[in-house]
Amino acid sequence: MRTPAFLLCTLAPTLAFGQAFDRTQAPPLSAPPALKLPTLERASLSNGVTLQLVQQHELPLVQLTLVIAGGTKLDAGQPGLASFTARMLTEGAGTRDANVLQSELAFLGAQLFASAGTDAFTISLNVPRRTLEQALDLLGDVVLRPSFRAADVRRQRDLRLASILQRRDNANILASLAFNQLVFPPGHPYHRPSDGDSAATAALDSVMVRGFYDQTFVPERAKFVIVGDVTVPEMRTLLTRRFNGWTRGATARTMAAVTVKPVSNAQVKIYLVDKPNAPQSVIFLGAPGADRLSPDYPALMVMNTILGGSFSSRLNSNLRETRGYTYGISSQFSWQPLPGPFVVSSGVRSNVTDSALVEVFKEMKMLRDLEIDATELERAKAYVALGVPQRFETNAQIAGQLVNLGYFGLPLTSLGDFVSKVNQVTAADIQRVARQYLPAGTATLVVVGDLAKIRAGIEALNLGLLSVLDVQQVAR
Amino acid sequence: MRQFLFALAVAPTLAAAQNAPLRVPATVDTLPNGLTLIIHEDHSVPVVTTNVWFHVGSGDEKPGRTGFAHLFEHLMFMGSQNAPYPQFDRLLEAAGANNNGSTTEDRTNYYENGPSSSLPLMMWLEADRLGWLLPTMDGPKVDLQRDVVKNERRQSYENQPYGMVNDHLPKLLYAATHPYSWPVIGSMADLSAASVEDVKDFFRRYYTPNNATLVVAGDVKPDEVRALVRKYFSDIPRGPALERPVPATFSVRDTAIVLEDRVQLPRLYLNWHTVKGWHGDDAALDIAAYVLAGSRTSRLTQALVYNGEIATNVNAFQDGKRLDGDFSLVATARPGRGLDTLRTVIDAELARLATEGPTARELEQARNATEAAFLRGIEQVGGKADRLNAYYYQTGSPDSFQADLDRYRAVTSADVQRVVSQYLRTSRVMASVVPLGKLDLAAKKVIIQ
Repeated sequence: MRTPAFLLCTLAPTLAFGQAFDRTQAPPLSAPPALKLPTLERASLSNGVTLQLVQQHELPLVQLTLVIAGGTKLDAGQPGLASFTARMLTEGAGTRDANVLQSELAFLGAQLFASAGTDAFTISLNVPRRTLEQALDLLGDVVLRPSFRAADVRRQRDLRLASILQRRDNANILASLAFNQLVFPPGHPYHRPSDGDSAATAALDSVMVRGFYDQTFVPERAKFVIVGDVTVPEMRTLLTRRFNGWTRGATARTMAAVTVKPVSNAQVKIYLVDKPNAPQSVIFLGAPGADRLSPDYPALMVMNTILGGSFSSRLNSNLRETRGYTYGISSQFSWQPLPGPFVVSSGVRSNVTDSALVEVFKEMKMLRDLEIDATELERAKAYVALGVPQRFETNAQIAGQLVNLGYFGLPLTSLGDFVSKVNQVTAADIQRVARQYLPAGTATLVVVGDLAKIRAGIEALNLGLLSVLDVQQVAR
Repeated sequence: MRQFLFALAVAPTLAAAQNAPLRVPATVDTLPNGLTLIIHEDHSVPVVTTNVWFHVGSGDEKPGRTGFAHLFEHLMFMGSQNAPYPQFDRLLEAAGANNNGSTTEDRTNYYENGPSSSLPLMMWLEADRLGWLLPTMDGPKVDLQRDVVKNERRQSYENQPYGMVNDHLPKLLYAATHPYSWPVIGSMADLSAASVEDVKDFFRRYYTPNNATLVVAGDVKPDEVRALVRKYFSDIPRGPALERPVPATFSVRDTAIVLEDRVQLPRLYLNWHTVKGWHGDDAALDIAAYVLAGSRTSRLTQALVYNGEIATNVNAFQDGKRLDGDFSLVATARPGRGLDTLRTVIDAELARLATEGPTARELEQARNATEAAFLRGIEQVGGKADRLNAYYYQTGSPDSFQADLDRYRAVTSADVQRVVSQYLRTSRVMASVVPLGKLDLAAKKVIIQ
């Protein structure tokens, strides 16, 4: 029995007879709900660390993200040290070893992760309201009193070496590693993955980790972003008790200005990575991207939606829905504090690798050469503008939006401006940014696949200079 | 696309522990044509989700047509009489909405998320493909999505490290006639064989209002939802009553296989036949999975990864489906280690759990962790909508959140001990995936007494 009788209230008989209406026409859309952004409150602790807080009382949950400016850009010369140090924070702190700490977190129903992005460390705590205070005790230890015991460092180092080795298994990871190495030269913070390479990882020890921590986990670069079933006075009290003693320490490590520029090719360059017997070729094609603070940002978001940022995009319609070359293809700009890359990526059937590349270049060229029609433009604008409220459903999503805007010094209200600017984008804007940013003749192209099957076809396209990369070098 | 939804139902112990029962209030209505409508109001964000479950999955497929339910899922996006291809996606995007679908052994779902203003459009589109899909269905559409699904299979299985093991496990674990003895994605040969006639038969049999449940959740007014559903769906005729497969009982034959793959590290897969979802032992098996490999301090994680330092990771889960269930353990060796070393430690830990059971602390941690995960799972209206549909299918009552949670709260140490002994100390299917040419790294078959 699927439905107990008491739950069923059969709709009145009138329901059986639908009113007369014209089913051949889609119902008209009413005006979309106005964008209602969460209310942000601010405060600070007496040591200067700031708090940003959004109250959400729907569920008894709290998301707290501690953001400390810094991240992997500070570990130049020791690739992987920043993310490894962040990882070690939760491997024992205060009086608790890693096992006790992790057991207590799990017991409290808490999730606590520390990681290093390119420009900040984030320590993220997600916890039920009723165990918040105990979880904050653990957070205080993790941030202020990490153990970095030699045995724990060695164990995590060995695990990381194994995972670095496993990068060679995965065509998507290989393509991404190769692409970033090529577009961002050595010395650029985006040249290498956040978890470093095997040589630097093998050299990690607890002295290095401790030294890096002391110079980077400093209160003058920290802020708390809190979303959930709490209030400002409450959080201020709870955090003061645990973090007020966190004061400016030794000289903080800084990063030298990035002088290395991303590589803009004069012509297309192709790099192949062999994956024998692969049934698909993984394609990463792109170029240096755009600045998040550029006035072109709204137009770029719409242009990318049209090219490869939605299911109905031109790339997906063509390569998946018309030609059946792939399960999906997409394009995206990576919005990072230093401009990240623009990338078109897909896995395509091996025997159509060359044909797929032809279509990708063709779609970029069409968007550059021909002005788009109003229907396609309006659809993409609506998709971008009306999708904004869906970024604010969960506590973690709201916190993520705040953290992300913070990287660019943007207020929450900038999303309202963004929506109105998206609504003003014109077909001419799309064509202009397509011409400026889509690398139709200058792309860096990485293909990971079965070279015995795909190489001749790619060479015959005469797209540009072609070379083969060694897997051991790409994932080292 | 495939999701382990029933495994996600691993859940809870939360507000119940405190005071008020956990509730996600929902109303249930049925139309005369058999369509079930479930409505849940949540006005926190001005978004709406529609989520339709058809009670058909790969378990309903015929021999020689494996993968068909999922292929059909793809065809549902290929246009209908009044919304010809590619209007479905285009109209939704123009309204600021996104959509997707997924197929499991037991059901196929379709969902849309968007601003609350897009609900009438969503209802019109869903009704059109439920009532008027076939007039525009043709060979080229089937051929095209057949290619797309084959690409999906390449991407998700064949070009994934270790991915091909999923092709082998179902047929080794389940009897040949069992509906779960083939993978949801199906075989390349069977996908090639699917015809337009198969599509039409399948649609007429399974894609009927009386085999569908529609959840509408979010920033909506229930009476407006009912009026919309009545308007768009009520003249779609009821379909035939369904007979769905009933598997015969079977016993697993102890099996060990070795597969070579282009991977750096060997990985061990152990699989046991257990029980279906909501069976009396289902929650205890979920708790056993957590005690074995659910956290940093769980027993196998400690023995293999942190103390023994012979594995890089280990995972365990009970997958209680509609008709039957299975339990999986997956562990990857560290560089230089063979899988038999891992197997020996796993067997010793299983034997220990079967005789000692979890401590009170282990049990409480498992409950609290699952409770919190459960709360996080219902933060989004889309997640709630799918769970309402799942509960309605499994129990007949959409708001079974508290009942589900209670199952986990009731599990005792003796229960865990018993289910480990009963289900995980018996015949099993073991697969060793080793790097090319490294057959000596495979685990050895042993008979568990």
